[in-house]
Amino acid sequence: MHKEEKQDNQQVIANQPNKKFNLDADEIEETSPLKETLQQLMKNRMAITGFLIIVFFLILGIFAPILTPYGFEDQDPVNRLLTPSVEHWLGTDDLGRDIFTRIAYGARISLYVGFFAVIGALIFGTLLGIFAGYFGRWIDMLISRIFDILLAFPSILLAIAVVAILGSSLENALIAIAIINIPIFGRLVRSKVISLREEEYVLAAKAQGMKNGRIIMYHILPNSLAPIIVQATLGFGTAILEAAALGFLGLGAQPPTPEWGKMLADSRDFLQLAPWTLIFPGVSIMLVVLGFNLIGDGLRDALDPRMKN
Amino acid sequence: MLAYTSRRLLMLVPVLFGMTVITFSIIHLIPGNPAQTILGETATEEAISNLEETMGLNRNYFIQYTAYVGDLLQGDLGTSLRTKASITTEIGPRLAATMELTFFAMIFAVFIGINAGIISAWKQNSWFDFLAMVFALVGVSMPVFWLALMEQWLFAQELGWLPAYGRQESRNPIDPITHFYVIDSILHMDMKQLITTLKHLVLPSIALGTIPMAIIARMTRSSMLEVMKSDYVRTIRAKGSGQFLVIYKHALKNSIIPVLTVIGLQVGVLLGGAILTETIFSWPGIGRYVYEAINYRDYPVIQSGILVIAFLFVIINLVVDLLYAFIDPRIKY
Repeated sequence: MHKEEKQDNQQVIANQPNKKFNLDADEIEETSPLKETLQQLMKNRMAITGFLIIVFFLILGIFAPILTPYGFEDQDPVNRLLTPSVEHWLGTDDLGRDIFTRIAYGARISLYVGFFAVIGALIFGTLLGIFAGYFGRWIDMLISRIFDILLAFPSILLAIAVVAILGSSLENALIAIAIINIPIFGRLVRSKVISLREEEYVLAAKAQGMKNGRIIMYHILPNSLAPIIVQATLGFGTAILEAAALGFLGLGAQPPTPEWGKMLADSRDFLQLAPWTLIFPGVSIMLVVLGFNLIGDGLRDALDPRMKN
Repeated sequence: MLAYTSRRLLMLVPVLFGMTVITFSIIHLIPGNPAQTILGETATEEAISNLEETMGLNRNYFIQYTAYVGDLLQGDLGTSLRTKASITTEIGPRLAATMELTFFAMIFAVFIGINAGIISAWKQNSWFDFLAMVFALVGVSMPVFWLALMEQWLFAQELGWLPAYGRQESRNPIDPITHFYVIDSILHMDMKQLITTLKHLVLPSIALGTIPMAIIARMTRSSMLEVMKSDYVRTIRAKGSGQFLVIYKHALKNSIIPVLTVIGLQVGVLLGGAILTETIFSWPGIGRYVYEAINYRDYPVIQSGILVIAFLFVIINLVVDLLYAFIDPRIKY
């Protein structure tokens, strides 16, 4: 591919003899990996669909106060369990609260938990993974065994254990989800770092006397970004699912917070009487997770050189 | 094979040690006084010191941990704070219930998942392929508890086809022998009971098995597509073998290893998902046991329940790993 570009450049230069013999900034940007990835991603219809879904929920969350005249706590006992209508787009729940309003505000919570849980897991997982992979020996032994132990628990169970220790709240659920995702990022980064450690440019940097910190920052980290980005995108979806599960079990957000999982748990008894109280929060969770999965799949295809044509 | 097996078993030691440290810590990492948290804010000083005495919370950590592991090694999982009964006795039938549910969920996931994946690869880019993959994508994005609730609403309440709660009819309880009700009803030679038991299993198994099914289907499809392109498959085709034989006899064998890996990983999803599914379907398994314990702050049950599920997960992963080495002798770790 580089050869072709070079030839193209040479042709351009050959056709324009007056032009200076250097590359414009624009032309250099043309080949940047970021732009290339974005271009690939834009061609992927599934990824675009995912992106649109996430943007939709982001808008819903951010503009919730403008989009709906109700507050998420506003109870209206006269209008309880109403079917969807013009006044209440998605109906009302057992306390007469507007379901659309609660879903819109709930989008804030789900996206917030998903984002910060993944960022937390990503930072700690990446650091541990780099230490284990780059320094090897007993550090690797120790960190890898800790990862093994954490991964020996089914993830939701470990989250329950963490919340059982810290107490039930949205913040503690977020911490729990971050903890259970640390080994997933950690292992990924570790294996990537181990393969990069022996690369010639890393050896060259070492030979030049570059310090470990700089090698990690300028050589190892940038080259292990691709799988981390893909895992993080897919991780947002998983984290949102896990937060909803904890909320459903009563271990996450506490009332009256309009968390989607909690909304499902609260409406369980009205399954027969008012199924819409359960359908819409569930569909919202599913759509957001689907959105992140679609983007994640698209990113993987775009970033994985083996998938490129 | 022997060397690999013993090495794999040796690797289990630090994991099991770490697991017990984590479950042991559940009580000890509670901020403030654990006994106070367990008994609630209104507890008297005397009640707190009594509980500390019975649970041994006033001794130093090392002695407590040694005693904890010593008990575990003797098969003693502690005493429930709520029922005052031995957890080992309480957990037995529940473990059987969970294993029965997980087993049927896995059967559903593997059977439908592999076959859907095969047909998708076989008829690549057909409408079946498209629909199956859209379904698989939606399947992995769906919260298992929501799917369970929707199933209950549609198949139990609206259509009335299948029971929504429990493992058996409360009016006609089964006399447990193994606590695996399917096996028990066969042992009793009770056809009616067997059908009832199976009917109770359908909705929870499908709810629990849907996510693994979707993942297995996607994996089978991509693995199958890769194998179908290989030279040996073309040779078999050239010899005039029928499509069905090519796929099920030859291609499947070589595409199954990555699928097996995924199936092994799904056991964790199933055991974790069991907590949610059992809560919704009032399935008297270990997941529901832990869920109830959380509500009653019955920490010994939370500890032991989590430990038993994690132990089961570790053992199943061990079996899967050993199975690979057996199926594919090229695998050497």
